[in-house]
Amino acid sequence: MTPSPPRLAVSGLEVAFGGLTALDGVSFDVRPGETVALIGPNGAGKTTAFNAICGLVKPRKGTVHIDGRPAPARTTRLLAAGVARTLQGLGLFDRLTVLDNVRAPLIALRDRDADAKARTVLDDLGLTGLADRPAGALPYPERKRVALARALAPRPRLLLLDEPAGGLGPADIDALAETVDRLDCAVLLVEHHVDFVMRTADRIVVLDFGRVIATGTPDEVRDDPAVEAAYLGVEAAA
Amino acid sequence: MDRLLFLLAAGLARGAVLALFALSLVIVWRAARVVNFAQAAMAAAAVYAAFHATAATGSYWIGLATGLAAGALLGAAVERGLMRRLPAHAPLPGIIVAIGLVMVLQAGLAIAFGPEHRPMHPPFSQRPFVIGGVPLLSPYDLFTLGAAAAVMAALALLFNRTPLGLRLRAAAFAPETARLAGVRVPRMVALGWALSAAAAALAALLLVPTELGLNPHAVDLLFVNAFAVAVIGGLDSPAGALLAGIGTGLLVSLVTGYASASAAPLAVLALMTLVLLVRPGGLLAAKEARTA
Ligand SMILES: Nc1ncnc2c1ncn2[C@@H]1O[C@H](COP(=O)(O)OP(=O)(O)O)[C@@H](O)[C@H]1O
Ligand SMILES: [Mg+2]
Repeated sequence: MTPSPPRLAVSGLEVAFGGLTALDGVSFDVRPGETVALIGPNGAGKTTAFNAICGLVKPRKGTVHIDGRPAPARTTRLLAAGVARTLQGLGLFDRLTVLDNVRAPLIALRDRDADAKARTVLDDLGLTGLADRPAGALPYPERKRVALARALAPRPRLLLLDEPAGGLGPADIDALAETVDRLDCAVLLVEHHVDFVMRTADRIVVLDFGRVIATGTPDEVRDDPAVEAAYLGVEAAA
Repeated sequence: MDRLLFLLAAGLARGAVLALFALSLVIVWRAARVVNFAQAAMAAAAVYAAFHATAATGSYWIGLATGLAAGALLGAAVERGLMRRLPAHAPLPGIIVAIGLVMVLQAGLAIAFGPEHRPMHPPFSQRPFVIGGVPLLSPYDLFTLGAAAAVMAALALLFNRTPLGLRLRAAAFAPETARLAGVRVPRMVALGWALSAAAAALAALLLVPTELGLNPHAVDLLFVNAFAVAVIGGLDSPAGALLAGIGTGLLVSLVTGYASASAAPLAVLALMTLVLLVRPGGLLAAKEARTA
């Protein structure tokens, strides 16, 4: 019996911006139902990894597979392949209503039930009362939730979250962790908030200077000296 | 009093055409963040297509349809062939290319069709109805008002009430996010250009029969006034274009009637200056979008 392919398989990914190597042979998997956290100091290459997975930057080498098939080269086909993403900088349509923000991906997928599905997601995330407000007018935590709702609306099989807890207070982070725990899709997330990562992640991949320096369960990673060194800005002992 | 009524009625028809042309500038601005300085020359080219279609078939309506189609095609072609190839996030290349396009199109039209004014005949009489001794709108004025209003309403419905409109707006407001949400942004931008150029072509088609006739520069003054109108309205705001278009149409009509035609451009300039002093973003400018 052959095991089913991982939901996301990143293999030997190399991305360079001019002379700067942002990713240098990065490989990791996310299996169905699993939540994997990608952590590392600022500039480690986490967002770049997301962008390469989404086809927003072109890798020099390496492959990205989704459910065993090469990821679509076109960003616009990604949703149809079951992958949704939030952006580090929210990336909401500020001038569209909350409902239209959440409907947009469904409409792009030509979903006949766009309205109903969007409203269901708004309900799930406690945003129903805000449906007709312009997204840009909401307070930051609510906008963050709209971004999550928009990513969830098309019911992705793989969800990429770039710093979902960034800028949130403890209560909102708690609620977000609960939401992420409840999801049954595979999740790859980038996050600095350690408690949030420890609580939500099944596995952690640690990046530093564009390389994977550790992988493991939250407990394994916490006790890894190389990780500590990277976070303290010390050269990891070879 | 009679004179005032007459001037207001005339201003309304003029304002509708201004609003429509200004709306066309707003649509490209929203889709591509460029002020299309070539809009007048493109519209003139579309009117030439209409002129020749009418000459060949004898039907105003076939000419009208041809002009709209030519406008839409030209809009999409300019986007695909020129604008798409420019570096993103820099306003200057778009402006320079548009100005270059004006020169090429207007010279091309003059070479192909000559510089002289060719009279275009309206499909309805321009003799005003006289109501209570006051000459008010002519049948052609009513047609102009109706056509402009219908197209503006249809565009508003398209953008605000249809799934395609949501994709158009999403692509215009946040292209990268729209791509992640599965919206084919380049296609939406090209469609925005096509819609915009068709709207401008219609405005020009409505205007030219009331003026000296068709020549490569026949739409230039409309563009200048409509540009002022779009800026007054807020450049980003369709409702602003409508409001400012009607307002400016009335103003031009009153100034022309009570002072002189040569004072009208000054009045428009004064209005624009005044509005921008009070509201630098224009009447209905949206608050600057947050980019957090
Ligand atoms: N578009 C880009 N052009 C040039 N350099 C970039 C670009 N995007 C990211 N980088 C560089 O690549 C490195 C990794 O960045 P990034 O992936 O954003 O890090 P992280 O998300 O882990 O903080 C950084 O040194 C950053 O400056
Ligand atoms: Mg980042």
